[in-house]
Amino acid sequence: MSSSLHPVHAAPRAPSGFWRRYIFSTNHKVIGLQYYFLALVAVTVGIVLSLLMRFHLVWPRAHLPFISGGLMRPEQYLALMTMHGTIMVFFVLTTAPLGAFGNYFLPIQIGAPDMAFPRLNMMSFWLTLLAFACMLSAFFVQGGAPISGWTAYPPLSGLGSITGPGEGMGQTMWIVSIGIFCFASLLASINFISTTIEMRAPGMHLMRMPLTVWAWFVTAVMSLLSFGVLLAALIMLMLDRSAGTSFFIPYGLVVNGELQAGRSGGWPLLWEHLFWFFGHPEVYIAILPGMGVTSHIISNFSRKPVFGYRAMAGTLCAIGFLGFLLWGHHMFVSGMNPYSSLAFSALTLSIGVPSAVKTFNWLGTMWGGKIHFDTPMLFSIGFVSFFVTGGLSGIFLAQPALDNMLHATYYVVAHFHLVMAVAAIFGIFSATYYWFPKMFGRMMNETLGKLHFWLTFVGAYCIFMPMHFVGLYGGIRRYADWTGADYLAALRPLHMFMTIAAFATAAAQLIFFYNFFKSLASGAKAPEDPWRGTTLEWATASPPPVDNFAGDYPHVFRGPYEYSVPGAPDDYTPQHLSPSEVAGAAEGDGNV
Amino acid sequence: MQFFPAFLRDGSDCSDGARLKNGTRGSAAPALLLFLSLIVFVGITVYLFATGYYAPPPPITPVALQIDHQYALTLYATGAIFILAQLGLGFAVFRFRDRGKPAHFIRGHVGLEIAWTLATAAVFLGLGVLGTKAWSATRFQPAAAGAIQVEVTEEQFVYYFRYPGADGKFGRLDPALVSAPTGNPLGIDPNDPAGRDDIVVPTLTVPVNHPVDLLIRSQDVIHNFFVRELRLQQDAVPGMVVPLHFTPDRIGRYNIMCTQLCGMGHYQMHSFLNVVSEAEYQRFLAEAPKQ
Repeated sequence: MSSSLHPVHAAPRAPSGFWRRYIFSTNHKVIGLQYYFLALVAVTVGIVLSLLMRFHLVWPRAHLPFISGGLMRPEQYLALMTMHGTIMVFFVLTTAPLGAFGNYFLPIQIGAPDMAFPRLNMMSFWLTLLAFACMLSAFFVQGGAPISGWTAYPPLSGLGSITGPGEGMGQTMWIVSIGIFCFASLLASINFISTTIEMRAPGMHLMRMPLTVWAWFVTAVMSLLSFGVLLAALIMLMLDRSAGTSFFIPYGLVVNGELQAGRSGGWPLLWEHLFWFFGHPEVYIAILPGMGVTSHIISNFSRKPVFGYRAMAGTLCAIGFLGFLLWGHHMFVSGMNPYSSLAFSALTLSIGVPSAVKTFNWLGTMWGGKIHFDTPMLFSIGFVSFFVTGGLSGIFLAQPALDNMLHATYYVVAHFHLVMAVAAIFGIFSATYYWFPKMFGRMMNETLGKLHFWLTFVGAYCIFMPMHFVGLYGGIRRYADWTGADYLAALRPLHMFMTIAAFATAAAQLIFFYNFFKSLASGAKAPEDPWRGTTLEWATASPPPVDNFAGDYPHVFRGPYEYSVPGAPDDYTPQHLSPSEVAGAAEGDGNV
Repeated sequence: MQFFPAFLRDGSDCSDGARLKNGTRGSAAPALLLFLSLIVFVGITVYLFATGYYAPPPPITPVALQIDHQYALTLYATGAIFILAQLGLGFAVFRFRDRGKPAHFIRGHVGLEIAWTLATAAVFLGLGVLGTKAWSATRFQPAAAGAIQVEVTEEQFVYYFRYPGADGKFGRLDPALVSAPTGNPLGIDPNDPAGRDDIVVPTLTVPVNHPVDLLIRSQDVIHNFFVRELRLQQDAVPGMVVPLHFTPDRIGRYNIMCTQLCGMGHYQMHSFLNVVSEAEYQRFLAEAPKQ
């Protein structure tokens, strides 16, 4: 329900001074950009780590000058893998879609001057930055970064350095980092939910909210309900490691010849349940904003309303709800009760239904449209393609009988990279190209954008499609190299292909970085509404003023995707124009 | 704009976006390129999956064959959806590129929504129902009577296989007695007579066409037991003993892999499943060193 109050608090005054305006700012736009640049740094680190991994998989005996001793050791590969996954999942995919774009555009798209709790918002960002610093510090502590994967299963992660290198201080820094990240996310989700419920402009009914707002809202609710569980699990793990507790450690472990006498009563699967109860919603947290952005952009560039707007909002909610009920599909072969596997399998297959419905509705939005292929639209089309491919391999993994042969193989790695590393990242790219003019008041270069799209589209398929075959053949994930068993040697040609594709695709991202920073400095000035969009962010200057609307807060008169309305004066009817203003435009008095 | 070289300038240097007002985006090049690239992508993908590119080795148990059938069924269903969705995307993008005509205004279609929701649910849940048979055969039903029991103990980064010996009973284990350097890696209690004839070996030898019941356990961290040809794997969880049974129907030597990240030696943790003739198996039992 829309609030009859205007902003919950008085419109913010512009702060003065460099530090208050750009560094320690409570303004949601500055904070959104801070999250964005954090994510850019994180994704660069994550890509470098993955390139080192891919290089090692093909040339394990190569001499690397920056490693002492010259050869990468298996525990170093595992450390790279752990940090790659952790940094990408948390500091890129949980930060950019919600923290960056959500923070920047949620208030504007609902006609509010800022988030409900600006100081809390600032705290969320600085805690996230602190968490990132802690995470990076794991590389530099004694023993190096942890080797237990982003999933950190105990007892490997629960006993300290006797289980392996990096499991001492490195694992501790990892736990501290993610713990701080949990706090930051919980605070941020409270902000998003409160803002969406309380601060919508007059006329902005729930069913008039852009699908981006719906997506951020459901994502924030998922965050609120899942990060607390992860935080609890991390505290328990930290206690096991440092206070001699046994949440996850059973009696009678003999590690490296040493009996762990003081531990008993714990259960490793408790960690798995707690972690995946968070971990599964987490991956939907990563993709849902991208789905919202995709709906938003496809509608804008097809000049058509979103096909099935209510179904699109409903499926976001359905995915958010069902996403909490199927964590056990990560645990089919874990020793968990096999009967519960059937329940988890049915629920996992069920979540394929709203996901498929969304795909059909995206196609329905394009169908009969008048499509323009600007870069944001290209990346949204790419999102749909990669989401279909990645989602369909999930149908195999959702069946425990097939999971018997596919679990922990590269088939799983293919699946989650296609949906997370590609589709979700395409969502971030399309949002960037779409909203860059609004955020920075400048246009990005279209030709470079298209080139970036094509190289990334082809490159990403080249990197991740072969992984299905590696997995089917029996290529096990998290293996530092292929010398463990004879049959693995046959996989080398596939790995070589993927490594070359990875380096080429990573190089193509330099085009994006060049375009981004060059356009920041000297791109063409952006108009208020370069894409002729209907939603409220296009009803204000590029970039927006401090309070988003220069005191002239919009009223909302219609839904968010009124494109090509029969009888309308133009092929788009913005949300904030009153009927008389629209009629006035039809009579040509130039008000539009 | 003069910072960008001429060939990259795309004319977006007007401040009022006037150029962007009238929708025609000109050439059909991006639309055609998208459609063609999706056709090529679908073609290559379907070809590789259909021809069994890098397929796993043939199955060696009846249940593994069932699992392969379920995989094939899932491949047909998802393959059909994949082709329709990707080519549908390519076609939509090509057919409905801006050609000067206005877009067709429509908010949705309830009938279509219901239809494709039900159809998707039927296909996905149908696959799930059909797959329960193979899962139940491996996990719900216990091993057949008379199955050979072998206890599998996993630790960083080796496998131990313990046979109960002639008395059919496993000796008591005590973690305090674990001492690999002195020849007692599992901690078998020397005072327990049942343990005297236990056989502890690093590879798993079983006779063909005979049910085998593994009791999988771990001494330190979570490991896994995976044989491709069995299409079966099971995590070895400290503090638990998880059964896993199968009946191999083909003689041969098969790789046992650890799929659960267990530390720096994870990629080297590996053993062999030797399926041998009955006579060979009896010889193995007779000649293996006892505890």
